[in-house]
Amino acid sequence: MQKITRDALVNKALALLDNGTVDRVLGWKKGELAYDVTPAVFTDGKSIGEGFVWNDFCGANFSKYLIAETKKTGSKVLVFLKPCDTYSFNQLLTEHRFDREKVYAVGIPCEGMTDVHKLRAAVGEGICNVEADGDMLAVSTVYTDEPVNVPAAEVMLERCLVCKSKKHVAYDELLGEEGEVAESARFDQVAELEALTPDERFAFWQNELSRCIRCNACRDVCPACTCEKCVFNNPSSGVENKAAANSFEEKMFHIIRAFHVAGRCTDCGECSRVCPQRIPLHLLNRKFISDIDNFYGEYQAGAEVGSRAPLVNYDQDDLEPSEVFGGRE
Amino acid sequence: MPVNEYKPLIVAFCCNWCSYAGADLAGNNRLNYPADVKIIRVPCSCRVNPMFILRAFQRGADGVIICGCHPGDCHYTSGNYYTRRRMALLFSMLDYLGIERERTRVEWVSAAEGAKFAATMNDFAKTVAALGENKRLEDLRCKK
Amino acid sequence: MQRIGVFVCWCGSNIAGTVDVQAVSEALKTEPGVVFSTNYQYMCSQAGQDIIKNAIAEHKLTGIVVCSCSPRMHEATFRKTAAAAGLNPYMVEIANIREQCSWVHKDMPIGTEKAIILGRAAIAKVNLNTPLTPGESPVTKRALVIGGGIAGIQTALDIADAGFEVDIVEKKPTIGGKMAQLDKTFPTLDCAACILTPKMVDVAQHEKIRIFSYSEVEAVSGFVGNFDVKIKKKARFVDETKCTGCGLCTEKCPQKKVPNEFNLGMDNRRAVYIPFAQAVPKVATIDADYCSMLKNGKCGVCAKVCTAGAIDYKQQDQTIEEKYGAIVVATGFNPISMDKFDEYAYSQSKDVITSLEFERLTNAAGPTAGKLLRPSDGKHPHTIVFVQCVGSRCDSCSEKGKEYCSKICCMYTAKHAMLTRDKYPDTEVYVFYIDVRTPGKAFDEFYRRAVEEYGVHYIKGMVGKVAPEGDKLMVRASDLLANKQLNIEADLVVLAAAIEPDKSARPLATMLTASMDTNDFFTEAHPKLRPVESPTAGVFLSGACQGPKDIPETVSQAGAAAAKVIGLLAKDKLTGNPCVASSDELMCNGCSSCANVCPYGAITYENKEFRMPDRTVAIRRVAKVNPAVCQGCGACTVACPSGAMDLKGFASSQIIAEVDAICR
Repeated sequence: MQKITRDALVNKALALLDNGTVDRVLGWKKGELAYDVTPAVFTDGKSIGEGFVWNDFCGANFSKYLIAETKKTGSKVLVFLKPCDTYSFNQLLTEHRFDREKVYAVGIPCEGMTDVHKLRAAVGEGICNVEADGDMLAVSTVYTDEPVNVPAAEVMLERCLVCKSKKHVAYDELLGEEGEVAESARFDQVAELEALTPDERFAFWQNELSRCIRCNACRDVCPACTCEKCVFNNPSSGVENKAAANSFEEKMFHIIRAFHVAGRCTDCGECSRVCPQRIPLHLLNRKFISDIDNFYGEYQAGAEVGSRAPLVNYDQDDLEPSEVFGGRE
Repeated sequence: MPVNEYKPLIVAFCCNWCSYAGADLAGNNRLNYPADVKIIRVPCSCRVNPMFILRAFQRGADGVIICGCHPGDCHYTSGNYYTRRRMALLFSMLDYLGIERERTRVEWVSAAEGAKFAATMNDFAKTVAALGENKRLEDLRCKK
Repeated sequence: MQRIGVFVCWCGSNIAGTVDVQAVSEALKTEPGVVFSTNYQYMCSQAGQDIIKNAIAEHKLTGIVVCSCSPRMHEATFRKTAAAAGLNPYMVEIANIREQCSWVHKDMPIGTEKAIILGRAAIAKVNLNTPLTPGESPVTKRALVIGGGIAGIQTALDIADAGFEVDIVEKKPTIGGKMAQLDKTFPTLDCAACILTPKMVDVAQHEKIRIFSYSEVEAVSGFVGNFDVKIKKKARFVDETKCTGCGLCTEKCPQKKVPNEFNLGMDNRRAVYIPFAQAVPKVATIDADYCSMLKNGKCGVCAKVCTAGAIDYKQQDQTIEEKYGAIVVATGFNPISMDKFDEYAYSQSKDVITSLEFERLTNAAGPTAGKLLRPSDGKHPHTIVFVQCVGSRCDSCSEKGKEYCSKICCMYTAKHAMLTRDKYPDTEVYVFYIDVRTPGKAFDEFYRRAVEEYGVHYIKGMVGKVAPEGDKLMVRASDLLANKQLNIEADLVVLAAAIEPDKSARPLATMLTASMDTNDFFTEAHPKLRPVESPTAGVFLSGACQGPKDIPETVSQAGAAAAKVIGLLAKDKLTGNPCVASSDELMCNGCSSCANVCPYGAITYENKEFRMPDRTVAIRRVAKVNPAVCQGCGACTVACPSGAMDLKGFASSQIIAEVDAICR
């Protein structure tokens, strides 16, 4: 259950709209179902009062929306940022992707968000209502009379279970208490994969990536994938493809996508959250992050505005590609 | 020569100022290496986009090697330093996906190192030939 | 669709010996775009070139592929051939079937097969070639030299003598730099002033040279041939046009207790001063930190005594804007601070001095009028210990000094030792060294004379500690060759302090987008082949800003830099390499990745208006490549996530076409 209440957010939004600091609010609104909470732009108090949602399904990272929002005329836009969102926010600022002057950022604490897939696996289909109560979620389905109680931690998003930071690295104003950068076990899975044989790794990824339907959700949600025109949509890039016609293209798409965001990915985990095929895409990004940390020193994209990303930087004593695997025999 | 002996297809990206000249020197000195190696000239190793490497594998290359000036000797002062980071990360990623790590290589070859160029290509061709055909990264539609 | 002609060269038997040239030209005939294919014995010969020219005319070729030797050999030749036939020279591609095929493969079928594939790749590329025209930009025929030491002076004189205007910006009130502070110069022992001051006068009198003394470069924009520079002329409170340099004010000024930086603080000067007698320009400067008139409005003596009426207490800093075609960096060096070397008691005893201070102590115009006297008590020192490598060749992990060798110390220490023994034979001189490094013309002979003729005690070993005891300095050292500890009772200890680039160099490098190494020395465009050019086009390096140097080396490098500048300024227009990067602004995210990796600072950003699909106008930050500055490495093309950045002549689509052709 989130420590900060919906009322606190709504009141803050209304106050900022009232005093003219902002003229619109980037927030979450209810979707068709109990769990498909959707990003939305609110422009008046009435719609906020009716439609604004804050619960354990508000995983969406709004940073990327600021690119389009700050291009609009009018005054500032209010954005609510969870700690992990603030890293993306900073990374986009580093890359000059939006106008900081046109944003009023309110940092909000986050206790972790629910993984819809895990929830459905736990209680079955037909979920019609979810109420948070302490550490438990009371889930009603169309097939049951009584709500089923599920511990929130058991159905939490993987990225929240290994949360890297509860500290906000950017905001104009903070609601609730500030947290700390956490000791995260987020690279454990990467290490487990690295420990496998190449054949096992190939089989693992073949199994995962072959499920890709090239819906592009991972790319579209990614706050690092903000290109005006994506290479995969660009016929002259030489890699344009719109469907994964075979096993190569799945790999091609995901390798290139991961490489394009390498050093810029803040590990916000949105790609895996939105993947309808439940492909653990974050494991590709985290591989790059863990390699960067190991090869070139620890680097957290978005930790500070203006830092130079590892792939547009170098050191004369960098390790050689031949040393990546402990040297060639 | 056996008729159906497996011949690997190797794409070598060579920077214009050092490695391409090193390859020329290998030629001047008549130092043999397998004809499986086909060279593409680029101004600097930093011009090599990981997409080109994946493209080569997609189209059926069995090995890709990138050659540039030695670190510190780049004609453009720093290009190969970027190459070094990009390729270290790319190769590590390919390995992570279970693709044979011996299929990719970066080698620094100066304009004076014709012998090193030939030796590198002989060794790389041998290594790749031992691996056999690239099956894990190819696009089957591109096969004849 | 291109109309491509393919020309396969036999190169006598060099190619034809292992490649079936007829088969190659036949096989390539059917490649997409090819309308003509032939082979000939020597394509580079006049007859061969005529075949190409005729084919271009006859078959209306839009592109040609020559299958021949390396493009490093004859690409330029065939480009000229194409141009002579009216074809854009960048519509030519070479398939290297000699060095990279016929010469390395022995088997004819294998060589032939590979030659066909290489030809195919070149054809695939030419299909995507576009005519390229090198950009032209005008050249402002004026050079800026930053720094007025011997390096800057020599560069400026050489450029001016070639007939070009030169401005020197010097942050001190006078030009002359470190050399003006030296007494004698090795290895010939000429007096530094005797050989430097005539050059300073030449500078002052040269009609093509302007000196901006007491000035600093504030901002630089533009690019090779077209730099715009803002120079801040600091207020010196003396009208340069009126001051005659008579020096009366410097004698009458009541503020006598200002440390004299020219003598490294070993004596005092007045608040209004001329650094030294031969200063250029010979103009007084008022030190605002000490002048009581400027500080609290009381005094005004200098204005009263100045018959020329040159004193102007209301003078303000002035900014001058000027255009230059070339910029030479000659910011020089300084000895490092001795703060971190407490073991040598530099801060505890006045009689522990640096080598530059020793120069002033032995200089006739110095604080002791050239008599070697101890700073503490003015007595003549009978035992002098010289310590070499103080802060040079330090361990990389210690943060005390520099890893590099300062290069000049071995020689000037030998000079100091020799001159001391020559003038004061009653003085014992010890030199502690790690190695004595004397490569240079007549350098080793010079050092040997110090040892053999003048009896200087050279001891291999390090000084561990210098401890002041009474009026003596107890020097504890190890003699590595004799393997014993030494205790020397010295009267004077001289430290050969490492040298480092001037502190102004780092911000200047940022302004110039010129690269530096970790020690803040400017990096050269190529360490061996382009040693006086910075990687940033139009920026040149002179003297110790590039690395430690002695005077002969500095002067020769200064001349070399001048030659490069003259070569640039002699051109009316600069013709660029057309194979440069360019950004598709419709795809550009403005993320700065490209600018971060550009070694030349060729990429800038501008906010540009774009019409959005909904007919509104949005402003987006987009990259712009300056083709005059870009050298065409392509680092930006890979750094760019969206693929907006591409390289002409080596476009992504062209390289991919080559890959595809090879892997077909």
